[in-house]
Amino acid sequence: MGAKKSNQNVVKFNRWGYIFLIPFFVTYIIFSFIPLCSTIYNSFFENYRSGLKQIGPNFIGINNYINLLGSPEIWKYLVNTLIMWIGGFIPQIVIALLLAYWFSDPSLRLKGQRFFKTVIYMPNLIMASAFSMLFFALFADSGPINQILMNIGVISEPFKFFQYVASSRILVMFMNFLMWFGNTTILLMAGMLGIDSSLYEAAQVDGATASQIFFKITMPILRPIFIYVLITSLIGGLQMFDVPQILTNGRGNPTDSLTTVIMLLNRYLTSKDVGRGGALSVFLFIVTGILSLIVFRMNSSEDNK
Amino acid sequence: MKKKVLGLLLSTTMVAGMLTACGSTASNAPASTETPAAETPAADTAAESPAADTAAEAPAADVSADEGKVLNISAWNEEFKSRLTDHYPGYEVVDGTTGKIGDVTVNWLITPNEENAYQNRLDELLLAQDGAAADDKVDLFLVEADYAVKYTDTDYTLSVTDLGLTANDMKDQYKYTQDVVTDSNGVIKGTSWQGCPGVMIYNRAIAEEVFGSQEPEDIQAHFSDWNKFVESAAELKKAGYNVISSTADTFRVYQNNAELPWVNGTQIQVDDNLKKWVEDSKALADAGYCGTHGQWTDDWTKGFYPEGKVFAYFGPAWLIDFSMAKDVEGSIAHDGGWAATEGPQGFYWGGTWICAAAGTDNAGLVADIMKKMTCDPEIMKDIVLKDNDFVNNRTVMEELANDPSYSNEVLGGQNPLKMFCAGADNIDMANLTAYDQGLLGDYQTAMGDYINGNYATYDEALEQFYTLALQRYPELTR
Repeated sequence: MGAKKSNQNVVKFNRWGYIFLIPFFVTYIIFSFIPLCSTIYNSFFENYRSGLKQIGPNFIGINNYINLLGSPEIWKYLVNTLIMWIGGFIPQIVIALLLAYWFSDPSLRLKGQRFFKTVIYMPNLIMASAFSMLFFALFADSGPINQILMNIGVISEPFKFFQYVASSRILVMFMNFLMWFGNTTILLMAGMLGIDSSLYEAAQVDGATASQIFFKITMPILRPIFIYVLITSLIGGLQMFDVPQILTNGRGNPTDSLTTVIMLLNRYLTSKDVGRGGALSVFLFIVTGILSLIVFRMNSSEDNK
Repeated sequence: MKKKVLGLLLSTTMVAGMLTACGSTASNAPASTETPAAETPAADTAAESPAADTAAEAPAADVSADEGKVLNISAWNEEFKSRLTDHYPGYEVVDGTTGKIGDVTVNWLITPNEENAYQNRLDELLLAQDGAAADDKVDLFLVEADYAVKYTDTDYTLSVTDLGLTANDMKDQYKYTQDVVTDSNGVIKGTSWQGCPGVMIYNRAIAEEVFGSQEPEDIQAHFSDWNKFVESAAELKKAGYNVISSTADTFRVYQNNAELPWVNGTQIQVDDNLKKWVEDSKALADAGYCGTHGQWTDDWTKGFYPEGKVFAYFGPAWLIDFSMAKDVEGSIAHDGGWAATEGPQGFYWGGTWICAAAGTDNAGLVADIMKKMTCDPEIMKDIVLKDNDFVNNRTVMEELANDPSYSNEVLGGQNPLKMFCAGADNIDMANLTAYDQGLLGDYQTAMGDYINGNYATYDEALEQFYTLALQRYPELTR
């Protein structure tokens, strides 16, 4: 009898928990779940505007998907996106790990930590679009970077950064790196500070070297945070849009090599093409899901060893 | 029990608060854009309106009193606003985005052209026109030749004849300006105050240095066709100057002299003259005679100053007056260092047309603005004298072309109007389609890469053009 009563109390108590979750679920359903379902629904229709005239919606089955996946561009844009993400992510994670390690190592006694922690986060506070407009002006044919390089005699003619695939992609990678390494540093640092310092002390007593401590203690314990950083960055990277969009004025040139998948979505907007746009969004959703799963599996299977 | 009540209370407040938060922003949003309408009796308007003072034609009287009190004008830049401010009788500036004509508040909805933003907003406004409150309806909007057909060939624009503009009112307008806004049934759906015949605008100082003369006739002899153009470009290069700023500068010249429209039915077609532009431009760029950057970038506008070392730009009257930094100390335009000549081929570029939106509650005022700004010779002459624009009135322009007292300061005192008049008569706008803007942009994007050497062949670049075009317009075929 008594046990039943306390059980009921727990249920009653739990009820408040559910009630306080309502705001999240209501906003989630309105702003995420319904749009998600309608995107999937719309992807099966021909539905766009020709000038001011509405065409459709006409049900066309999976034609949007066939056209999308059958065209070579989408794969090209996916590769573009991945190249620019990886190119920005590798330096980002290396520098962030190094900085986080330094910041969280008490034996280094770094001065002005707070100052540097603020400074490295700053590029992230600037809007991506403002940031890429700044870079566009800096690296223009007659911009300051070319002027400086010419004045110190490195080059004699202006180097046209935006006319070569490699240089313009490197600029995008560099911008993404600059914008996000501070954020990653702070996440990794939070993880490192959570590691019990007695582990380090024990290792030092045992005579472990600094690199042994890093690879045998810090990294394994940091893994959950590391996976989190990797997956969020992957999702963010696949949705890369604002930097290349503003840098190339939506054209993705040279030769469409800076066009990301979401930039293609933006191009469909000229004719308000909900059908093709929906199919593209669903495709990106699935790709993101698969890649995240692979990353997740890779890391958790090592755990079981 | 108390706890229960408290909990219930808290959670209801939370949920309710959340929902009302959604509701209130929705209901507040439209209200915030409204401007309180002045409550001046209508009778005062006619008497007080400075329009009545001009005593020219029947003015404020036909702006009927029971019309809406808010006139919404949709535009992509400040050009028409400044024309209206300076030349429409009775227009008063209130602040950056509002003005007043009599007791009607003029509300400017200015959205930049970039990334199609202007048309996206205009489309939404026009499609919502039926359901919108009278004061929120678009009354008047501006369009460019590149996409005019998209709007004029629909029921969203009103026939100017229905508004009260007669053939007699418009008799002095250049024919091509009417062709642009004539729909497929032959009804004129808009009107313009300007004509945009283009010329070659060259730097006098460089001309003197390289060709030994700065007179338009002498320079024309060096640039009378594209072969001579290239020869002269080589001479300019030797002296350290670029003949034009970018390959994009000549695009309009070739594009306007194309014979095929961009789209035939639903099929995209590329005229031979456009291919010629690509080939000629590639030759120019490869020889280092000019750059390949886009128009309106910093690299492009650098040539408006002496250190930019650019010999010539191609453009119409509005480019000279509106874009070449004539108000900036040290610019070539500021010192009157440009001159104009016909160049290798005639062309037009740009121009702004005024359309009346269907459903407007200010039809009388809209008609009056159209009549005054695009048909009234006095006002139009004023525009030429004050702003050096080329106005859409043959009589006025021909009179000024032969008027020795008229001169353009930017062009160092030259009177270029004869050249413009001749150009305006030759403009042919038969080739317009609703897709021009998107297609010519995509063509330049794809070909820009070929000119820069990123595509090995023209065909590869053409393939890319089709890809981009079909992404933009799903209804077209290749």
